[in-house]
Amino acid sequence: MNNRRNLDQDRFLAFHREMLRIRALEETALEGLRQGLVLGAIHPSIGQEAIAAGVAGQLRRDDILLSTHRGHGHTLAKGADPEAMMRELFGRQGGNCGGKGGSMHIADFSVGMLGANGVVGANIVIATGAAHAIRLHGDDRIVACFFGDGATNRGPFLEGLNWAAVFDLPVLFICEDNGFAATTRTADLTAGPGPAARAASFGIAAESIDGNDITVVAEAAETLINRVRQNRKPAFLHARTYRLTGHTGADPATYRPATEVEQAWQDDPIARSRALLDAAGVDSDVFDAMDRAVAAEMKQVFEAARAAPWPDPAEGLTDVLDARAPEVA
Amino acid sequence: MAEMTYAAAGAAALAETMDADPTVWALGEDLGRGGVFGQYAGLEARFGAERIVSTPISEAAIMGVGVGAAMTGTRPVVEMRFADFALCATDELINQAAKARFMFGGQTRVPLTVRMPVGMWRSSAAQHSQSLEALYTHIPGLVVMMPATPADNHAMLKAAIQSDDPVVYLEHKNLWPMTGEVPDSAAPYSIGTAGVAREGRDLTIVTWSATLHDVLAAADRAAQSGGADIEVLDLRTLWPWDKARVLESVRRTGRLLIAHEAVVVGGFGAEIAATVAEELHADLKAPVRRIGAPRLPIGYAPTLENEIKLGPDRLDAAIVRMMS
Ligand SMILES: Cc1ncc(C[n+]2csc(CCOP(=O)(O)OP(=O)(O)O)c2C)c(N)n1
Ligand SMILES: [Mg+2]
Repeated sequence: MNNRRNLDQDRFLAFHREMLRIRALEETALEGLRQGLVLGAIHPSIGQEAIAAGVAGQLRRDDILLSTHRGHGHTLAKGADPEAMMRELFGRQGGNCGGKGGSMHIADFSVGMLGANGVVGANIVIATGAAHAIRLHGDDRIVACFFGDGATNRGPFLEGLNWAAVFDLPVLFICEDNGFAATTRTADLTAGPGPAARAASFGIAAESIDGNDITVVAEAAETLINRVRQNRKPAFLHARTYRLTGHTGADPATYRPATEVEQAWQDDPIARSRALLDAAGVDSDVFDAMDRAVAAEMKQVFEAARAAPWPDPAEGLTDVLDARAPEVA
Repeated sequence: MAEMTYAAAGAAALAETMDADPTVWALGEDLGRGGVFGQYAGLEARFGAERIVSTPISEAAIMGVGVGAAMTGTRPVVEMRFADFALCATDELINQAAKARFMFGGQTRVPLTVRMPVGMWRSSAAQHSQSLEALYTHIPGLVVMMPATPADNHAMLKAAIQSDDPVVYLEHKNLWPMTGEVPDSAAPYSIGTAGVAREGRDLTIVTWSATLHDVLAAADRAAQSGGADIEVLDLRTLWPWDKARVLESVRRTGRLLIAHEAVVVGGFGAEIAATVAEELHADLKAPVRRIGAPRLPIGYAPTLENEIKLGPDRLDAAIVRMMS
C-alpha cells in the first residue's frame, strides 16, 4: 500500500483524471437523457469509477475487455474515444457501433473492448472464449471481464469460471459488487458467503477489496493483472462499492433510504482520491486545471454528438449476413 | 472418389479445414473419444487435445466460448451433442453469436459453426429427437444448413467452417452410417444453393435432411406406378434458401409439396409455401401443401414414434392428393 508521503503522485493523478472523465462522461450522458438525446436506457456507474480506472486503466491496449450494461467507465478507461461513445448513446453516425448498439452494446474493438452486454452474465462465457483463443494463439494478452454482484447468480458464472479454471485461461474476473441487482438488494437473494468464496471454490485465486479506494484497487489490479499474465491462470477480484444513482438514468431508486445514499456519498471514490492527493501535497491549481480540462472535453463531446447526423436507414440492412442465395430471375 | 459414411465425411471435412487453417478448432463434450456418434473419430490423435477440445457439460459455455473465440481470431466448431441440448445455449447463440456483428456496427465477425445432431433415431423420445431448424431460420444473423448425403456433409461442412457468418449446422442422426461417394476434389459448396436430387415434370417436392431419402423412394414408387413424374429439390441451406431454384421448378411443374421431419406448424415449409403462394399464384395447378410431423412431443415406443414420422404411406398419399 502507498502511504500518503510516498504516494506516486503522477500515477494517482492519472487515475484521478480518469475517474473524473468517467464521472463527467456519465453526467453528460444523463444531461443528454434529460434532453431526450440519449434514447434508450443508460446505467450509470457513478460511485464505481475507481474500479474502472484502476483495473481497465492498467490493461494493455491489446488486452481484451468485456463489460456489462453498466460499461461506460470500463470502455472509456480502456481507451475508447468519448465522442464516439456519446454519438453512440445519442444513436448518431460516428458512434462506435454506428448507432446500431447504443449504451448497452457499446464496444470498441480497436482498443480491445469486445462489448458491453444487454444480458446479465452473458459476457462471462464470451470472455472465457476470448481467453481460450488467446491460449490457442499462444501470445501473452489477457482478458478482463467485469460483471455485477447480481450476475453471480446466473448459470454462465458457474460455467465460465469452471471452464477458465480447468483450461488455465488468462482471465481476470472482476465482480463489481454495488450491493444491488436492479431494485433488489443482492444479499437478500444470494446464498453463501459471497462472490470471492464462489470463485475460490473453483480453485481460482480471489481477493475482496474496498473498490472505492483507488490505491487499493490499483494495487490489487496491478498484482492480479501481472499474475494472470505470467501464470496464465484466471484470478478473481471482488470489489465492494455502491451504486450512487438509480439502476438506470430514469430510476429514482426509492427502494432505499435517502440517508443510506447520503452516507454512501461520504465514501465517493473521487472525493477520497482527491483527499489523498491533497494530503500528499498536490496543489489545488492542479485540480482546478484538471477539472476545467475534463469539463471542456465533455462539453465538446456533447456538442459534437448533438450535431451529428442520424444513421442512413440503409445502414440497417448491413452487417447481418454475407451468405446470399442465388438471385431470383 | 472415396466411399465414406456421412459421419466420416464430416470428420474428413473438419480435418481438411484444420489442416488448411490453424485457427480452426473444435470443442464439445467427449470429442476426444470421437464424439457421441464417432463423427470426430481419430481427430484428437491427429490434431491434439488443444484443437479437439473435450469440454465439461456446460452448453452455455461451449457456445459462449465459441462466440468469444470466434471474435478473437479463431474459427471454432462447436458440438452440441444433440440439437435438443443447444437449447441450454440459446442466449449465447441467438442473443450473442447472431447479433454481435450487427449490434457492434460491423466491428467484429463471428465465424462460428454450431453442429447440432437432429432427428428421430432409435427411440430417443421427446428430448433427443427434435428437428428444430425452423427456430433458427427465424433468427436474423444465422445461416442454417442441413446436409442429406455424405458428399454434402463433406462439402457443406467445409463451407460452413470457412464462412464468416455464424452457421447452425444440423446433421441427421439417422444418416451417420449412410455411405456414399465423396469426391476428392468437389467444387466448393456455395451456401444457399439447393440441389436437384431428381428431375421431373409433374410435381416439385422440396425437402431436406434425412427426409430427402424417403421422398426419393416415394418419387420412384410414383414413377413406377405411373402416378407422377416428380422433381425433388434438396434445399440443403434453409437460410438463405434457394428461392430462385424453387420458384423455377414450381413454375414448370405447377405443383409444390414440401416434406420435412419437423413439426408442420410454424415449420420452415410454411415459409416456402407462403412464398410460392405469393409469387406463383397464377402458375399453380393445385394448392401448395406441406407434410411433416403433427404438433406433438415425440414418443418413445415405435408405435408412437411412427405416428410422428412421415413414412411411405403418408408420403404416397400426399403425392396422390397433389396429383388428383
Ligand atoms: C439475463 C438477464 N436477466 C435480467 C436482466 C435485467 N437486468 C438488467 S441489469 C440487472 C441487474 C444486474 O445486477 P448486477 O449484476 O449486480 O449489475 P449492476 O446493475 O448492479 O451493475 C437486471 C436484473 C438482464 N439484462 N439480463
Ligand atoms: Mg450490482
